[in-house]
Amino acid sequence: MALLEVNDLKTSFRTEDGFVGAVDGVSFSIEKGQTLGIVGESGSGKSVTCLTIMGLNAARNTISSGEALWKGRNLLTMKPKELREIRGNEISMIFQDPMTSLNPVHTIGRQLEEAILLHRDVTKKVARARSLELLKAVGIPRAEQRIDDYPHQFSGGMRQRVMIAMALINDPDLLIADEPTTALDVTTQAQILSLMKRLQEDFGSAIIMITHDLGVVAEIADDVEVMYAANVVEQAEVHDLFNRPQHPYTWGLMGSLPRLEADVDRLTQIPGQPPSLLRPPSGCRFHPRCPYVMEVCKTTFPGLEPARNDPDHLQRCWLDQETKDREAAKLLAATMAEAH
Amino acid sequence: MVRYLIRRILWALLLFVIITFVTFVIFFMGPNDPARAQCGGDQAQPACLKLVTEKYGLDKPLYVQYWYFFDRLVIHRNLGTSYATGQSINQAIGKAAPVTASLVFGGAILWMIIALTVGVFSALRPRSLLDRAAMVFVLIGISAHPVWIGLIFEYVFGVKLGWTPIANYANFFGAPADSGQPGGPWQWFYHMILPWMTFSLLFAALYVRMIRANVMETQNEDFVRTARAKGAPENKILVSHVLRNALLPVVTMLGMDIGVALGGAVFTESVYQLPGLGRSLVIGIQANDFALVEGVVVFATIAILFFNLIVDVLYAWIDPRIRLT
Repeated sequence: MALLEVNDLKTSFRTEDGFVGAVDGVSFSIEKGQTLGIVGESGSGKSVTCLTIMGLNAARNTISSGEALWKGRNLLTMKPKELREIRGNEISMIFQDPMTSLNPVHTIGRQLEEAILLHRDVTKKVARARSLELLKAVGIPRAEQRIDDYPHQFSGGMRQRVMIAMALINDPDLLIADEPTTALDVTTQAQILSLMKRLQEDFGSAIIMITHDLGVVAEIADDVEVMYAANVVEQAEVHDLFNRPQHPYTWGLMGSLPRLEADVDRLTQIPGQPPSLLRPPSGCRFHPRCPYVMEVCKTTFPGLEPARNDPDHLQRCWLDQETKDREAAKLLAATMAEAH
Repeated sequence: MVRYLIRRILWALLLFVIITFVTFVIFFMGPNDPARAQCGGDQAQPACLKLVTEKYGLDKPLYVQYWYFFDRLVIHRNLGTSYATGQSINQAIGKAAPVTASLVFGGAILWMIIALTVGVFSALRPRSLLDRAAMVFVLIGISAHPVWIGLIFEYVFGVKLGWTPIANYANFFGAPADSGQPGGPWQWFYHMILPWMTFSLLFAALYVRMIRANVMETQNEDFVRTARAKGAPENKILVSHVLRNALLPVVTMLGMDIGVALGGAVFTESVYQLPGLGRSLVIGIQANDFALVEGVVVFATIAILFFNLIVDVLYAWIDPRIRLT
């Protein structure tokens, strides 16, 4: 049985202007110790997917359907009390902005201890010792003194380390990381990512890494989901994705990556803007921006089908297999050429 | 911290001097003549005028008079004698201050109870019936004049329903035996019910609005989401995370409002005939009794400066991001 199995997850928000379909039928599964990367632009639905799994959407005006089976039990229909026992305990989540994710009037020691004491029946002394242990594990220098400091006394990178410590403190089976390095500079980003990889080995947790950065995905993920306009448009094992991408959006993403060696005046973009989720385009949602658009794309919504009969590589596109392989090869060749 | 306190106290002293001096000047610039007022107005006799003028040094220059006042205040801790009644101002303030203090502190407790309950509940259930009713309450509380409210309460509860006394103040420690006045703790409480209700209304309205806004804003903060993601129950999130942050500004406001109100809740005291500082102030101005006016100003200034200082120190204690330098 998979650790987490998400089936046809849908989430809509009721707004004054109508229903916004933020997540429109997402499915995936994660095994113990695996890392899943979810990639997409802002507004693609990647964060809302995970917030829905954790039950962290505002209750009013949110409608969710589908299943999120955690060790067989559906998180979406669980009673709040049961869900609270899982949050911070079996499934933990860390968020994008470390500067505002910690309570400014409590010491970080107290916030770490809170994470423990909510789920373990231990004394404060034990909780404090464990907190110290985690602070050292995430690389906070002079942890014995820093544990009684307040969040504003820490830098952004260190606050994110504290958040990671807080997330791992109860040995969760799954860590959901919502763009944990987006708000940090590149050097810190590299440090945090390598920290997460190491901790994953030590703690044995699975990770869902939400990001808009393909580089992060290449660094840390085993499997990847590419999301666009509330749908999954491609899903593959990470090497497969980078070697044989099968969807025009993925090609666009990879083509727009800046290359160190290439000498260009302008970066390649995917023309246009992500669509409004209030009234998404008919047919394939990417068709207004797709350089390969055909008539069928404008009218019929493509299903998520295996590419080249490979059930582990799914994609949502009407293009024929030959074109896809050709384009994928072109992209790969371009990358290789620049690398030399 | 100590350096900060010393600096603040020095500032407070300077402000005290400035404020009392400005009050002096204003009074003297005004079209009044205390000597004439005390000698019977239009029938003032030259002999009387001369006597009064000499007694109070009214013919001396302004700064000399101020110096007399200041010297007397600081060295002898004496606020002087009333121009109108000849009574000791120290005594007058001493009798009036507890009345105002009863009104203000009791009122503060009442308004905080109302504001916290209504404000927090409204914030938790925005746009519900309770919330909308609370906003109507706020509008009324802010717009309605305390005198008007006071008179209505007096009429409805005091006259028509007879549930409470209409006016007057009962000394907590018991009235003098033959004064015919009510006394004792229960009478004190009983007589203060309507004044407390009237006085608190405006503040309760203001604080409901502030607390509601702060709580609603704090609920959207990222750290509240983090607490929820940790698996904390909603009541713990509310108290330990939301309120602990949302109510920080309320502490500052509360300290300042109490300080200012101690200077005299004029309207409420007038309506209910409470012999407090506010009423003393009004009486003093009407009678051109400068000594009394200045006495109340001194007391009010000290109260405000004191509470300001307390609030500053308290805030640094409860918000770790503020460090007094």
